[in-house]
Parts: sequence; structure tokens; C-alpha cells
Amino acid sequence: MLSRRNPQLNAHGELIHLLSIEGLPKAVLTQILDTAGTFLSVNDREVKKVPLLRGKSVFNLFFENSTRTRTTFEIAAKRLSADVINLDIARSSATKGESLLDTIANLSAMHADMFVVRHGESGAPYLIAQHCAPHVHVVNAGDGRHAHPTQGLLDMYTIRHYKKDFSGLVVAVVGDIVHSRVARSDIHALSILGAAEIRAVGPKTLVPGDLAQMGVRVCHDMAEGIRGADVVIMLRLQNERMSGAMLPSAAEFAKSYGLTAEKLALAKPDAIVMHPGPINRGVEIDSGVADGAQSVILPQVTFGIAVRMAVMSTIAGNQA
Amino acid sequence: MKILVRGGRVLDPASGRDEAADLAIASGRIVTIGRVADFDAERVIDADGLVVAPGLVDLAARLREPGREHQGMLESELAAAAAGGITSLVCPPDTDPPLDEPGLVEMLKFRARKLSRCRLFPLGALTRGLAGEVLTEMAELTEAGCVGFSQADVAISDTMVLQRALQYAATFGYTVWLRPQDAFLGQGVAASGAVATRLGLSGVPVAAETIALHTVFELMRITGARVHLCRLSSAAGVALLRQAKAEGLPVTADVSINSLHLSDVDIGFFNADMRLTPPLRQPSDRAALRAALADGTLDALVSDHNPVDDDAKTLPFAEAEPGATGLELLLSMALKWGADDRVGLADTLARISCGPVRVLGESLGSLAASAGRLVEGGVADVCLFDPGVEWPLQPAELKSQGKHTPFSFGHTGMALRGRVRATLVAGTIAFEAL
Repeated sequence: MLSRRNPQLNAHGELIHLLSIEGLPKAVLTQILDTAGTFLSVNDREVKKVPLLRGKSVFNLFFENSTRTRTTFEIAAKRLSADVINLDIARSSATKGESLLDTIANLSAMHADMFVVRHGESGAPYLIAQHCAPHVHVVNAGDGRHAHPTQGLLDMYTIRHYKKDFSGLVVAVVGDIVHSRVARSDIHALSILGAAEIRAVGPKTLVPGDLAQMGVRVCHDMAEGIRGADVVIMLRLQNERMSGAMLPSAAEFAKSYGLTAEKLALAKPDAIVMHPGPINRGVEIDSGVADGAQSVILPQVTFGIAVRMAVMSTIAGNQA
Repeated sequence: MKILVRGGRVLDPASGRDEAADLAIASGRIVTIGRVADFDAERVIDADGLVVAPGLVDLAARLREPGREHQGMLESELAAAAAGGITSLVCPPDTDPPLDEPGLVEMLKFRARKLSRCRLFPLGALTRGLAGEVLTEMAELTEAGCVGFSQADVAISDTMVLQRALQYAATFGYTVWLRPQDAFLGQGVAASGAVATRLGLSGVPVAAETIALHTVFELMRITGARVHLCRLSSAAGVALLRQAKAEGLPVTADVSINSLHLSDVDIGFFNADMRLTPPLRQPSDRAALRAALADGTLDALVSDHNPVDDDAKTLPFAEAEPGATGLELLLSMALKWGADDRVGLADTLARISCGPVRVLGESLGSLAASAGRLVEGGVADVCLFDPGVEWPLQPAELKSQGKHTPFSFGHTGMALRGRVRATLVAGTIAFEAL
């Protein structure tokens, strides 16, 4: 009934928060990827710092545990010369009954300039962005099943690095798509950047048919899903999926959908293999593939720091 | 008090009466409808330009008392009802504690009577503590004032218990009120579909409603129980209801103002005011619900009033408490539907007056003959409203303690049509803004 402005853009269409990739203009994505490219060299310098966020306080608010993502955000913020405060909220105020917005209000009173938020519920960063002071920027570091936009962007950076151009690319995303915020962000980013075909591959419990509404080709057969692909993105299989009657066992999943050298042979010879980590060796991906010549899993991590630097410096430079 | 309502457009959907007339009221009853010349009134209400309609009847309003007084109290919520032109309302039993004991029901009825704003008709819990295991003392609860028995939003997963509850209720002719939702498939927070998939919200498939409906209809055939289905949400559910009615099953059903006007698209960027039970479904479902309300397959439109405070709403979508304020919006939302879908004013009002009264049937006792209608000798429950006026919905100005409504759109406030000017309950002015 009402069309409201995308809350992550200001009136000039500039990015002030990064909450989701959905609905962002192509130019905004491309600019972040370009900026990330300039930061990659910073990572190679002896003094790995630029002063873009000097004097700014970045709060890492992790309502859900994560070591890897939090660490890369921390490194990125420090390389931008920001002061970084890590709050492991999963183990502090929230367990004492403080509400999400009370936590935000208190941290705002400590003159935060940016919140990097991970939360178990889809949409939580939107609530924070709507209720924090106008000068505060919010970066979604993963919310429920909804979005993980910096992961999506670093995946795009990786693909662009190896494939140069998105047009004509066939990208297969394999595994637990329905619960994956990474998959959603990748799918939105690939659509915006103009990939030729995005395939969502997995059993019907993890890749329901209505995913097609996101503009993907749904494949329940691994061979069909992977054949001729330029990029194969494997997703982590969470153990909860077995208890939730989504799958009988990790082993059976591995047999049908785990990426082995034989299955990878169906993709294009120069296909790259990606994974957001942490990987379950022998479940969604064989060690031979994860460590093989086509794997770009570790470069993803390196690019991730540059991409997060690009995101933080971009939004910090735009005013609400 | 003797009241004369002069010069309004008297519209009684039940009888089809629609004419300029006066209403003479004495001792809580309507004495005369027509040209009243010789009536020694203590109060004369000039109803020029107003529609004089039966007091509205709302089949689903939570008042939050007992147990959740921070979110709503009888005083505030019944004042809201009166401001909304509602003179009778049915409240579900999911209070804290649930309405599973006669004493609780008597207390609630007593407190409501003292406020004399609106008639209150509680539904008793179908099972003790709404736990779906042990039947409540239905005869005792009926004596205390319950008009039917309900599980509120708690589905019974044990079909044996459900069958016995229907059998027992059927023995005494009590109506069982059920919101058709499968206990397991109904656990999501938004309707399954493109929006839920895109936003990463857990979905409630249409099958959650249709499976429950198949179960209820099959058990109705076995037990002969009379069932009222609360707040249908899907096109497929409407189709099953239509078949069941054609078959002759003793079933009635309602839809909420939210499902009638909104769809999952309105969730936008995780707007928690759109977190509702049942969840908002697709525009095609909304279209089917609107058509079914127009053709009478759905018997009543309900406010589904459910006051939720800020603390419970300013949370991530899935954690936010479902519900919205509705009592003061029921009339306007009915009129909006009527205007949008070209349903005549009499038919529109029927869905919030005589339609719901038919659902309540004999459980209303002596009121059954005149509640929800305007008849000489009947109770003077009357709603006077200005059909033409538009007013901006400002949540802060609502009388209900619940300020959250999906129709507020943040702070802009939707323009609503039709405003209640006075509400009479048993011939007493419960609300006026003349």
C-alpha cells in the first residue's frame, strides 16, 4: 500500500547503511568493488593503514557468534584507522534481558559512528538503522536467513577478479539455499550485475520451488545444476538441518550434492569454486576440491577485508 | 433516559429498511422507528446527514484482561469499542489465565457491565489452559456467560481430543470457534511465498490452513458439531468453506480487516506492524477473501483487535508480537471495502451487524432477536456515523491502549472514511462526538 524509500539510501540515492544488496543500483555495487580494488594494495603495504575512519568508533555487535566475519570486519576497520569495539552480545546484556533497542541506545550514547551487526533474526539491522541516531551507519554482517551483503559483495569481487565480466556467466549456488543469507545476497548481486544464469541446486527441502521467484533456475539434480557452470558456490551445511527433518544425514547429502572432482568436471574447465566458510570437508566439498587448483576459497577471505574496507569507507562518507 | 434520534438515514441491513426516519428510545429499547411527533425526550440527537445503523458487532477482539493489563484494559478497550460504534463484542479466551473457569468469566462480564460501554461476550476455553488435552466445564462456562468455546490461536494437534471436544460441544448445542491452522505447518512468521522467501522469514504455507479445514470439516461430519471458523486467510481456504456450506455443514466464518485490505507485499522492509496472525497472504488471496465476504460465504468482518505495546512491537519481525489495534477502525475498513468493491452500504453494514449476530445465534439468548438490527421493541444498540467524512488515522489519538496498526504507515496516517458520531448501548450514550 505504501512504497517507502529504501532505508539504506539517502535522498540522493547514496548508500548510508548496507543492509541488503536487494534494490541497490548497479552503480553502487560497481563503485564498492572498484574501491575495494584500491584497498587491496593497502593490504600489501608494510604499514597497512589508511586514515579514512580516523577518530571514528566502529562497534561490532554480534548477537550471534562468529569468529571469522567479526575478525575480518575488525581488521578492515583498523586498516581504516577506526577505533574498534567488539561486543559479544550473545553473552552479555541480551542475556540479562536488555532489549535490542536499549542496547543500541546505550551504545549510541557512547558516541558510536558505525554499528556492524550480526543477528539471528531476519531484518534486525533494519530495526537498528531505523532507530539509531542519524549520523550512525549500520552494516549488516548477517541477519537470520535474510542477507549477508558484505559476503555477497566479496563473492562478486572474487568472481569479477577471476572472470572479469558478469555477462554470460553461469553461476551455480549449491546446498542449503533456503536457510542461507549468503545465497540470497549472492543471488541479488548476480542479478543486478547481469549474470546470464543463476542456478540454485539442492534437494527440495533446502531448495524449494518458490525460490524461482528470486530469478533463479531451480535444479534438484546436481549434474544438471553444475553442468557448464563458470562459477560454483558451495554453501555450508548446518547440522541443524538433520534434526529439522530436512535431510537424513550429512553423508547422504554429500553423496548427492557434495562437490567432488568428478562432479566438478561437469562444469567449465576454467570454473572457479567458492565457499563462504567455514567448510565441512567431506560434506559439501571434498578436500581435493577445496584445496585444488580451481578453488578460490582463500582469496575470498583476502578480498573480504578489502571489500569491507570499501563498504565502511563508502557509507561513512555519505550523510543521511 | 428517553432519547430521540431525529432526522437520520435509518439503515437496518437485516430488514432492508433504508429511509429517513426518527428513532425514539426509552428504557433501553427502541420504541418507534419512523416519524416521531409526540415524544417527550430528555435528549434529542440531531442525526441530519448521519447514518443511523445497528450497533456494530465484532466477533474477535482481545481486551488483554485479565493478565496483560499493560497492553490493554477493559476500560480503555471498551471505550475504544464504543468509539468505533461497536456495541457487542466477542473476546477469545487466551487471557492469562485463560478463560477456562466460570469465576473468571463472571468477573469479566461483571467488570464490563459496570463500565456499560459495550456488551461483552466471552468465548470459553475449549480445553483447560488451552493445552489441548482436557475439556473444560462447558455447561458451567455457558451458565457464566460464554457464547461458545475456542482454542484462540492455539491449535489442537491431537485430533482425538478435537473430535471429543466437538462431540461434547455438539451434545449441548454449543458452537466451537476454531482458527484453522495446523499446529506444525503453522509455525512460521509470514505467509509462504515470494516475500517470505526474499526476506528470509519462515513461512506458513496455505496447507497449514487447508489441512486444518479438511480435519475440521471431516470431524463436523462425524460429530454434527456447529463450528465458526475464525479469520480465514487464503483463497484455497475460502474455496473449501464454500464447498462445506454447499454441502450443508453448520459452519460460519469470518475474516479480519487486516487480511481484507493488506497483503504480504505490505511487509516492506520488515515492518513489524504487519506481523499478524494469521499472516498476510498474497494479493490473490485477499481478492478471494473480499469476494467471499461480498457473496456471503464469509459471514462477518472482524476487527481482530489485539493491542500490542511498543516493547513487544519494536523488535525484529519474527520476534515482534503479532497483532494490531482494530476496534476503532472496523467501521472505516468495512466502508472502504464496500466502496472499493461496490458493495452496497446495507450489505457492507450487514457484515458487521446482523451477519455476526447470526453467527452467535441462540447463544445470545433474548438478545438474539434484536442485537445487530433496528427493530421496534428491540434493544437500543445504535451506531450513528457520518458516512462522508474522511479523517486521518493518528495512532496516538486512538482510545485503545494498542497504538500499533498496519494502517498507520509509520506516522503519515491513512485517510479513513466514515466516522462514528455516537454509540448507544441499551439506550445509554456510550460514546459521542457530535
